[in-house]
Amino acid sequence: MATINFESELRRAGANATGGWRRLAFLAQRYMLGTIGLIIMLLFVWMAASADLICRYDPLSVDSAHRLAAPSALHWFGTDSFGRDVWSRIIHGSRISLAVGIGSTTLGATLGVIVGLASGYLSGWVDLVFQRITDMLQSLPLLVLALVMTAALGPSLPNVIVAIAIPLIPTVARVIRANTLALREQPFVEAAKSIGMSEMRIALRHVLPNTMAPLIVLATAQLGSTILTEASLSFLGLGIPEPYPSWGRMLSESAAEYVRTAPWLVIFPGIAISLAVFGTNLFGDALRDILDPRQRG
Amino acid sequence: MFAYIVRRLFLMLLTLFGISVIIFVLLRVVPGNIVDILFDAAGFVDPADKANLEKELGLSQPIVIQYLHWIGGLLRGDLGYSYVSEKPALDEILPRIPITARLAGLALLFSASIGIPLGVLSAVHQGSRLDYVLRVVSLSGLSLPSFWLGLLILMASVSMFGTMPIFNPNPKTWMEAFAIYAVPAMAVGFRSAALTMRITRSSMLEILRQDYIRTARAKGASETSVNYHHALKNAVLPVITVIGIEAAFLIGGLIVTETVFNIPGIARFLVEALRWRDYPIVQNLVMFIAVVVVVVNFTVDMLYAAIDPRIRYGD
Repeated sequence: MATINFESELRRAGANATGGWRRLAFLAQRYMLGTIGLIIMLLFVWMAASADLICRYDPLSVDSAHRLAAPSALHWFGTDSFGRDVWSRIIHGSRISLAVGIGSTTLGATLGVIVGLASGYLSGWVDLVFQRITDMLQSLPLLVLALVMTAALGPSLPNVIVAIAIPLIPTVARVIRANTLALREQPFVEAAKSIGMSEMRIALRHVLPNTMAPLIVLATAQLGSTILTEASLSFLGLGIPEPYPSWGRMLSESAAEYVRTAPWLVIFPGIAISLAVFGTNLFGDALRDILDPRQRG
Repeated sequence: MFAYIVRRLFLMLLTLFGISVIIFVLLRVVPGNIVDILFDAAGFVDPADKANLEKELGLSQPIVIQYLHWIGGLLRGDLGYSYVSEKPALDEILPRIPITARLAGLALLFSASIGIPLGVLSAVHQGSRLDYVLRVVSLSGLSLPSFWLGLLILMASVSMFGTMPIFNPNPKTWMEAFAIYAVPAMAVGFRSAALTMRITRSSMLEILRQDYIRTARAKGASETSVNYHHALKNAVLPVITVIGIEAAFLIGGLIVTETVFNIPGIARFLVEALRWRDYPIVQNLVMFIAVVVVVVNFTVDMLYAAIDPRIRYGD
């Protein structure tokens, strides 16, 4: 199964370099697009971490004297209908996207691993019940389920994270379950059983680590889609509530009516979303090529 | 095969039943129902009036009774009344379906006719500059939010024609029909086109590595014949599955696109109904979406078995 064996993966990729930095440089060169993706991702993380240092304005402060100002040296990306600085709002918006992206992916993946591992390892009625619940959750499109959940839970950051995490569970659980089923039949699991190891210990110490590679690939691939879903929810007015600067929300305020009069309100938040998702997708693709060569395309 | 189909149909019903329970309960754990929203707007509240209205709408009954009432009606084709418009929910939902179906159909057509040829091209020229460009374009297709793409299209339309397409249920000219349906469909379909292209590419690459392709080359078949006659036929199978699944999941893109373009389809209607806590509309629409997804999944599986003789269910 796909164990993460960096040594063999590197050799397969043709890396003879032994030093850490040289090896890294080789990988970066081999997976150029992935490196670009990683740089974009790190850029957004840096933006979120040092938002207060980069911005000259408070993203929430209203300035009625400068409403809908076009981009200028003072306001790089212009201002919105409340006179708030768009550049500051986009920088601060990265915190929301990052929190939702990392938060819901981690939550969804963790719950998905628990369900998938239990389903594949215990089998029997546990598997049957989990499989049916998975079927149900997968019969509703991600956005529809997330919309109904945020409408039910109420719009707030933690609720949005939960609403996006839950539809992720079945996707992760399916992959982990399939891997667990295959691993269960492997000789090393049999060996562990024969020396009297408990089932729990086998599942956690022997089976789980071997499902890590596909899990990491899947989680990275989902990261972009969680950011997009948050943007869609907020765009529809059912995601992050006012006045927090969410990129999707910024587009909803500026939608259709400002297309004519204030295009900067439409262009910049959209670029921020697309770039962040593009970065994670590029990185996710490269990671898949390195860790899970069977899926290589 | 027959036993398999019966089993599948039974599981489909079970899934739909589960969804109906989940949706029903989810909507009712919401603090605040339509009565609260209506009375909030009024300011002064007479508790007796409020209780009367709740009773009239059936909201004061136990949740199990409410559920049975809904499902019972559903089975008889009675979907209840919209809280907002007070019209039968069926009359509200039915006329909106063709609009959304048309958009979805066009979007799929667009994604298949763009995605499959580009995916083949990318695979045949693997590693070339063209492949590189196409891969980046398809990844960007998966990264652009479709509502933003829609807004950009509106912006382009304003700067080119000085106006935006406004929805009209009976377009008079071909140009108008194109602006109303095809343009939003492209905004939605761009993402699925990108996905279709990626799947076609990887499926094509997988097939091109196989022995029978080498055999075909060895016996002197031309590159064109190998690529399009031998390989594409087999490579297109997984693509069908993806297009099928996308067909059902397109609704996510349609929700935001119908909102951007102001199209009165069922996708936008769902968001409006959620805002208004219009339960009869929301629960019936979600059930409708679930039925479409489940039926499409089943059809794709059956189609797969019909096309590929290697696949036999239930043996």
